[in-house]
Amino acid sequence: MDAMPKWADVVLIPVISLVLAALLSALVILAIGENPWEALKLMVDGAIGSTYGWGYTLYYATNFIFTGLAVAIAFHARMFNIGGEGQAVLGGLGVALVCLYIPWPHWSLALLGGTLGAALFGAAWAVIPAYLQAKRGSHIVITTIMFNFIAAALLNYLLVGALKPAGSMEPSTGKFPEPTHLPSFQDMFSTADTVMFRGAPANITFFVAIAACIAVWALIWRTRLGYEIRAFGHSESAAKYAGISPTKIIMISMTISGALAGMMAINNVMGEAERLVLNAVEGAGFIGIAVALMGRSHPFGVFLAAILFGFLYQGGAELALWTSIPRELIVVIQALVILFTGALDNMVRMPLESFFLSRRRAAQRKSKLTAAE
Amino acid sequence: MDLMTLLQLLDSTVRLATPLLLACIAGLYSERAGIFDIGLEGKMLAAAFLSAAIAYTTGNVWVGLLAGIGASLLLSAIHGVASITFRGNQLISGVAINFLAAGLTVVIAQSWFGQGGRTPQLAGAARFNPITLPFADALRDVPILGPIYYELISGHTALVYIALLIVPVTWWVLYATRFGLRLRAVGENPAAVDTAGVSVVGLRFAAVAICGVLCGLAGAYLATALQAGFTKDMSAGRGYIALAALIFAKWKPWPALGATMLFGFLQALALRPDLIQRTLGFSVQTQLLDALPYILTVVILAGFVGKAIPPKAGGEPYVKER
Repeated sequence: MDAMPKWADVVLIPVISLVLAALLSALVILAIGENPWEALKLMVDGAIGSTYGWGYTLYYATNFIFTGLAVAIAFHARMFNIGGEGQAVLGGLGVALVCLYIPWPHWSLALLGGTLGAALFGAAWAVIPAYLQAKRGSHIVITTIMFNFIAAALLNYLLVGALKPAGSMEPSTGKFPEPTHLPSFQDMFSTADTVMFRGAPANITFFVAIAACIAVWALIWRTRLGYEIRAFGHSESAAKYAGISPTKIIMISMTISGALAGMMAINNVMGEAERLVLNAVEGAGFIGIAVALMGRSHPFGVFLAAILFGFLYQGGAELALWTSIPRELIVVIQALVILFTGALDNMVRMPLESFFLSRRRAAQRKSKLTAAE
Repeated sequence: MDLMTLLQLLDSTVRLATPLLLACIAGLYSERAGIFDIGLEGKMLAAAFLSAAIAYTTGNVWVGLLAGIGASLLLSAIHGVASITFRGNQLISGVAINFLAAGLTVVIAQSWFGQGGRTPQLAGAARFNPITLPFADALRDVPILGPIYYELISGHTALVYIALLIVPVTWWVLYATRFGLRLRAVGENPAAVDTAGVSVVGLRFAAVAICGVLCGLAGAYLATALQAGFTKDMSAGRGYIALAALIFAKWKPWPALGATMLFGFLQALALRPDLIQRTLGFSVQTQLLDALPYILTVVILAGFVGKAIPPKAGGEPYVKER
């Protein structure tokens, strides 16, 4: 029997962890001489106070859904993919090549092509560390981190060299042609007399991200492969005994993980910037780790956590705009969420478990007493 | 390549290898005791910031160094509590510490100095300055040995010599003291150590604390000796490279010296594109040179390590029998 009811495990623990992280962040804000309550009000106002704010919040959330799913699926196979950042950078390269060099007749086809390009390039960047882990035993955490650095250098090399249009001074590709423009929320939801989401970058990719959540859920809990991935994650030796090949599971789960991280690029590169620039990923690959931990590696949890981080990210940008609190505060909050939901999980869990256990024992004693009477 | 150029290259090798060496030995203590530490990077970064900030405020680099070690120890304590006391996932704890350091250093630096997340430039006594060893000037004109002594051995900062001294000290502690024996045992078979009546938790906390002190030295070196001040994300993956060097060195102190010198040499080479062009006859893009140490880390991890067997109980929290 579990020590705790299921709702406490999936809802209460993440919420308590989040509250702890929020309290510590408030202390940080206090320490640098700002008012945390005012900061929170600014964040709420800026991130969800208008359709414009929502347009940014959901745009960031779309990025984090992809990178969160990427980390989550690797977690199920007990792989720690810290390379989401580099895989998303490479995904951006895939999208850029697809958009620049293939003449697309319509945005829907371009979206399909872009998704394929992004997934392919992202997966390629994850497959190499996966192979090295499976076959050569090199630690996936270190290799994926190294691949983040290598991806940044590679993109830098291409953007000041081969991909830069002639005569341009900026390290970026040229603008993608018009037919690859994805419908933004403003295009989709505005009516003749009211403009919604004006100028916000949220676009149709948000729905692709939701589809990805559903697809990952189906894969993990409704297919044979998903079962094998979970079995491998629970016990490598048991999985081996059941005839599951570790190499196969490591390779497949990391390929899917890399593809998902890469697919983030259809949102930020194709949907928002419409060209490939340096540092387009902006740390979203790393936020995926916090999102996956917070969402308990479940696609629905990842979705909710991604919305939360979208809110934090947009709210943090507003803070940086109106107060002296720098944007890096979001990195601190992200670190605290990872710390409390990931590493200090037992600190929250142990007292809660003993609380529920003692309550259950008390209830049992009571029912025994009434039975004796 | 003439002798002078070679000596210059080796000289910057030593300077660039020093933070790697300190971080690598830091990781060695932690991992030998069975605690994986991805957080070397973050601890270095935190130490780099606080040492530079305090050195600037007080004008004394040694006070700065102490503050840097303090910052690193604080993060070590978090890692210890998370991975030893609460038996959490050590990789995740390390990652959290890296982000915590990356975020906090910039947030605090911005509100403290208001220079976009940097500390002001350090000068004079607020920095570690090169030490000229005795007779270096007098012996300079002796052929071959003179320049080697003057360029390569003399003229480094105090922390470089401390780092080099730490290698034999670590070797001695690990293989010739009771503490070292127990430390190695707790990373291989904590149950046996526990049965012998020695505290597993105590030993592991001691190892994590030593790791914190050494990371503090490494970080302070970055900001107050190698550079003159703290800049955002200045550790630039050195903590991870140190981990790769540790695996390459198979968790042993003397090979760690060799491995970090190799990585230091690669970094020194990446700073001299002109040299590469002269020796190889073609030019290499600087962006690719920047990636060189990272690529070689992957290559070395994948192929040239041979069989690297990590401490057996590494990464596993110890649950006492009841």
